Amino acid sequence: MNIDVSAPYQTRVKQALADDNLRTALDRATSRLSETRAQAVAAIDLQRMRDEARAIKEHAIKNLPDLLEELERNLIANGCQVHWAQTADEANEIVTDIARQRDVRRTVKSKSMATEEIHLNRALEDAGIKVVETDLGEYIIQLAGEPPSHITAPVIHKRAEDISELFQRELGMRPTNDPAEMCAAAREQLRSEFLAADMGISGCNFAIAETGTICIITNEGNGRMATSMPPVYVAVMGIEKVVPRVEDAFLLWQAVTRSGTGQDVTVYFSMSSGPRRSGHPDGPEEMHVVLVDSGRSRIMEREYADALLCLRCGACLNSCPVYREIGGHAYGNTAYSGPIGAVVTPLLAEDPTTAKELPFASSLCGVCREVCPVKIDLPRLLLDLRHDLTQLGSSPKYEGAAIRAYSNTVEKPARYNRLSKLARWFSRILPANTEGDLTKLPPPLSAWTRSRVLPRIASRSFRALWRDGRDTRRGSSDNG
Amino acid sequence: MRRRRKRRRLTPKGAHPERSERLTMTRSNSDKQMPRVAFFVTCMVDTLYPNVGMAAVELLERHGAEVVFPEDQTCCGQPAFNAGYRDEARRMARHFLNVFGPLVNRGEVDAIVAPSGSCVAMVKHFYQVLFEGPDYEKEQRLVDLVSGVSYELTQYLVDVLGVEDIEAEYHGSLTYHPCCHLLRELKVDSQPRQLLRSIKSGEIVELPAEHECCGFGGLFAIKNAGISTAMGKRKVENLLQSGAKTVAVGDVSCMTHINGLLKKMGHGCRAVHVAELLNGSVRDTPEAQ
Repeated sequence: MNIDVSAPYQTRVKQALADDNLRTALDRATSRLSETRAQAVAAIDLQRMRDEARAIKEHAIKNLPDLLEELERNLIANGCQVHWAQTADEANEIVTDIARQRDVRRTVKSKSMATEEIHLNRALEDAGIKVVETDLGEYIIQLAGEPPSHITAPVIHKRAEDISELFQRELGMRPTNDPAEMCAAAREQLRSEFLAADMGISGCNFAIAETGTICIITNEGNGRMATSMPPVYVAVMGIEKVVPRVEDAFLLWQAVTRSGTGQDVTVYFSMSSGPRRSGHPDGPEEMHVVLVDSGRSRIMEREYADALLCLRCGACLNSCPVYREIGGHAYGNTAYSGPIGAVVTPLLAEDPTTAKELPFASSLCGVCREVCPVKIDLPRLLLDLRHDLTQLGSSPKYEGAAIRAYSNTVEKPARYNRLSKLARWFSRILPANTEGDLTKLPPPLSAWTRSRVLPRIASRSFRALWRDGRDTRRGSSDNG
Repeated sequence: MRRRRKRRRLTPKGAHPERSERLTMTRSNSDKQMPRVAFFVTCMVDTLYPNVGMAAVELLERHGAEVVFPEDQTCCGQPAFNAGYRDEARRMARHFLNVFGPLVNRGEVDAIVAPSGSCVAMVKHFYQVLFEGPDYEKEQRLVDLVSGVSYELTQYLVDVLGVEDIEAEYHGSLTYHPCCHLLRELKVDSQPRQLLRSIKSGEIVELPAEHECCGFGGLFAIKNAGISTAMGKRKVENLLQSGAKTVAVGDVSCMTHINGLLKKMGHGCRAVHVAELLNGSVRDTPEAQ
């Protein structure tokens, strides 16, 4: 990994822009995912799916407390133990305690962004418990010691060549770039881990309130294995994942897969309602569900409830022209990157200014809003965040001063005309090339002229030309 | 981070079309033959590209509109709004509403037209964000009034003036880059394409990955100059691949960014505003001119 996720924002971006291998990997993956998405949504009534998906999520978020209580009731009735965690630390403590009580030495994990968000792995490892990621992408970044850089494709920042090098080094695999061979090398390693694990951990894609069921979606089957083979199963879920009915989960499942990977459905849709009952041939002896808030209530209090509609499909990342240039690690030490990441990372934090650059890392092109299966108005949320952050004083002082000066000037025509004259004079004396374009501007505008030229202010403005032509025009418009 | 705001988050607030329609109808000059347009030049066109403004006015007049230019206009306030400074944006927006609002209210003009998708989107979609809430009832009335009759140039030419064919010529290969606000906020796309297709002679070629953002993004071009440039260079690469010598655009913001890169990189092709292509001011490839 060539990007230090704890470095300042501008450093991370610079590192990303200079990393050609990263940009090759991102190009390949995001264009493929965009293409497959386009094909998958062309086969259905996309707008209807989006409307229905949004309606389900809106209803769920509006009725969150009731639905969570219903979920808890039914999970308990199914034989699960339910825990509530207000903060990330609480959640990690709960999971670690469960592990300690059951003398857990090794765990296997199905991919879960919520557990990445709260840094569960680190908490378990600090307590002397080994964690093995079983999703291939997560397994790879675990071997490499890196955080994920995408919501659904955690290793999107690596090319096949990079992964091969890693496997040769860490797994003693023979030199090959063949994906099948590389998968086989990982599978061999992981199979024994499933069998040896004392506890399985997963996230949750959908939690069905009416039946008390945790649903996870995978393409590899590792989700089912991790949650049914070990004797203890712990599901960690963000509270926004609850939905009312079975049909809701099934509809949202298709919305996620078509938008995120371009599949009609994922290969596996694993539903766990409780531990093994008498007469069942397999399943965990104990099942725990940890309901995690960790900033989600805060998002609602901050009046950004729309951001909780997110299905974590990754479509916005795959379509974002900014994400494509810099990748997920440039967004910093966060599980969530891209457009949705730029919104939830500051909002989930106690102090939003810790991620103050993220909402500005966008040209507001609007493609994310078009591809979002639940129609989140991401550009609007980014604009609202920009305003809120500016109110918190997180923008550079000179920027606020310049904008205030501009608005002072521009609200009065006489001042605007004077400013134009001044700007015209100023642009005449700045360095220019033979074509008359400005080649060097003072900072911070020098950031423009580093890679671009800028035209001079025109010697006669439109309004001057209009005034010149006014008398002639008066004559001709009478004939109009 | 508390804001006093109506809880309208999950239901988008629309303009009130019935209200503004009623207002303009009762005071309409429907007995006049020519529609009257208040020209909203935009600050970038006014100061950097006055010829684009002249071309736009000429097009409107040639196709049957009477154009007035309210000289007190300045800036719609978008740069401040996009950067997160809403108080400052409100001041500029208020000025805009005070210049254009009364003209619409008194029935002196039927429409406000600008040669820019982003500025019109600001008025139509984001003024209601700026003036949300009980403190801004007076401004809300003006917003409803002006947003209902604000148009981008090609949108007005095709949808209102009914222009189908353009009396213009262009020699060489031409392509079109859809600017993001025009395409996705205003949903104006078929109109400029239709007009460009009707230009006599010349060859219209497809721009690879045409829907991708050029990377200007307002202050983004300065605050995130590295990313902005990387995005712009992709646009330039695609432009070169298309073989077109000229790329038509609807917004001078994108144009400034794309031309800024093209010139610095030493390429011969150019971005030209649709108004100058459609009114015949630009007839040839850049080298030929």
